[in-house]
Amino acid sequence: MALYELPTNLKKHSLCPGCGHGIILRLIAETIEELGLQDKKILVLGVGCSCNANGILGGDDFQCAHGRASAVATGMKLYLESQGKDVCIITYQGDGDAGVIGLAETLNAAYRNENITVFTINNSNFAMTGGQMSWTTLAGQKTTTSVNGRDCAYTGNPIHLPEMIASQFDVAYAARASVCDVKHITQAKKFIKKAIQNQMDKKGYSIVEFLSQCPTNWGMAPVDAAKYVAEKMTVEYPVGEFKVKE
Amino acid sequence: MAKKLLKGNEAVAEAALRGGCDFFAGYPITPSTEALEYLSWRMPELGRVFIQAENEIASINMVTGAAVAGARALTATSGPGGSLMCEGFSYAARMALPYVLLNVQRWGTGLGTLDSGQTDYFKEVKGGGHGDYRSIVYTPASVQELCDMIYNAWDVAEKYMVGVVILSEAYLGQMMEQVEMPPFKERPDRGWAIDGTGLTGMGEFAKKTKGADGMKVKGEGYEQIKEDLQDWEEYGLDDAEYVIVSFGLPGRISIDAAKQLREEGIKAGVIRPKLVWPFPEKAIAKLKNIKGLISVETSDYGQMVEDVALYAKKYGLNVPVYLYAHGKGVPGVRIVRDFYKSVAAGNEKEVF
Repeated sequence: MALYELPTNLKKHSLCPGCGHGIILRLIAETIEELGLQDKKILVLGVGCSCNANGILGGDDFQCAHGRASAVATGMKLYLESQGKDVCIITYQGDGDAGVIGLAETLNAAYRNENITVFTINNSNFAMTGGQMSWTTLAGQKTTTSVNGRDCAYTGNPIHLPEMIASQFDVAYAARASVCDVKHITQAKKFIKKAIQNQMDKKGYSIVEFLSQCPTNWGMAPVDAAKYVAEKMTVEYPVGEFKVKE
Repeated sequence: MAKKLLKGNEAVAEAALRGGCDFFAGYPITPSTEALEYLSWRMPELGRVFIQAENEIASINMVTGAAVAGARALTATSGPGGSLMCEGFSYAARMALPYVLLNVQRWGTGLGTLDSGQTDYFKEVKGGGHGDYRSIVYTPASVQELCDMIYNAWDVAEKYMVGVVILSEAYLGQMMEQVEMPPFKERPDRGWAIDGTGLTGMGEFAKKTKGADGMKVKGEGYEQIKEDLQDWEEYGLDDAEYVIVSFGLPGRISIDAAKQLREEGIKAGVIRPKLVWPFPEKAIAKLKNIKGLISVETSDYGQMVEDVALYAKKYGLNVPVYLYAHGKGVPGVRIVRDFYKSVAAGNEKEVF
């Protein structure tokens, strides 16, 4: 008897060992399969490590310009809806993509309460380009552009995207999950399911930010990186649901 | 069908809908805004998607998302808005997505002014965004032409899988003329659009229709467009001494100027490109025994004049190329006529 089987719609990826993306993508793939959305899913991809999700979840993908996924998803969803097509449109973006260069697109889609699902992966750095400071980088955290540790007095403070959206806009759902251990991974899956189901129920905009370990750019072993998420990142970025529209 | 007196920006919006446009995303900017305003009520009336976006970057990305999902998508802008969209044009070109841009040109760099101008020639014709791509660029000279060009724009965009630009001008968008509005068009099945199944997108379409025209975009596709789409209006080329090359409203005025010059016995000729990419090089190729070429344009330093000189060289015309760069607005007939005479009298210095 098989104890665990990979979702049939998940293909091999080329992410680094110990990276949180792989876990998150597996959870999304499982959820899509469980909700029976394999033939309705369009993954709208940001630029960065999220590019690695190209072609690995089956269905349709669309590779956007850096930061513009929410705008692309808006056009796609509104048009397909006008054609009577019931599709599940998910953006998959890093924190740099959704919360730095694409902050305008992300917030404006939330402002309009577009009926889309936004997943943003927060690994506290610009990982694809080799670990530069992001708006999510923790105070004092060393990156290739904050070599002495992030000085927030100079750079501004860590950005809290789901809280910002939950407090300002009339959206369906805003939450933050973590994939640092089994307990959190189980919780993350529940958040994913809600965020996707909301769209299918036409409830409106949903966003989930995932705290994700980045062993490569943090210069840590995978186990230590997961520990860093649990002990450091969750202090700055509390895990939980910030807005749940009934 | 009876003609109606319509304003350029509103007429072109209605003609776009009749040509099958079923998605619009845009941001207000003078002198293009009437198109956005018109579509904001007209599209919901027809059950089509209109969205007022937060800026032009979002507008073109919404257009891209809709286009890949099967829409006949449109955005409209001017000057600075068009600059913001350049990133999106490059991405759309990379994916060979068909879409239409209505650029109601204002004059000037930076914020520019709200005057008419043709200062976006380089931006539209030479790419604008990063990378190596071309857009098909129509240059209407009347409200009727504006309508006719956008009416067929998606047919062309979908055939060649290239973005189409309707390069309008402030005065053309703002002026009223008699127009015969074409009927609503039946949309042909494009054959591909993503719908979440992973089976009906462009990639699958390309596999099924190996060698289909629309898929051979890069390289030979552009060569095919050059062969198929060149179009221009010409006047007096058979025995012309100097030939004015001018598009849009200055082109229309140049023809009037040449007619007046002919009345005085001066053999003036005009090529008015109806598209500036592909450039009407076949018209240049026909020229014989001319004394020179004159580019008349409402730029400051000359933009199209460089292409006029390049195509003259290509077809072995060893003649001087002059520039009348009017700056903002539109030159009057007398100004163009006088410049021609000044060139003929040897008072102007050639630029190439």
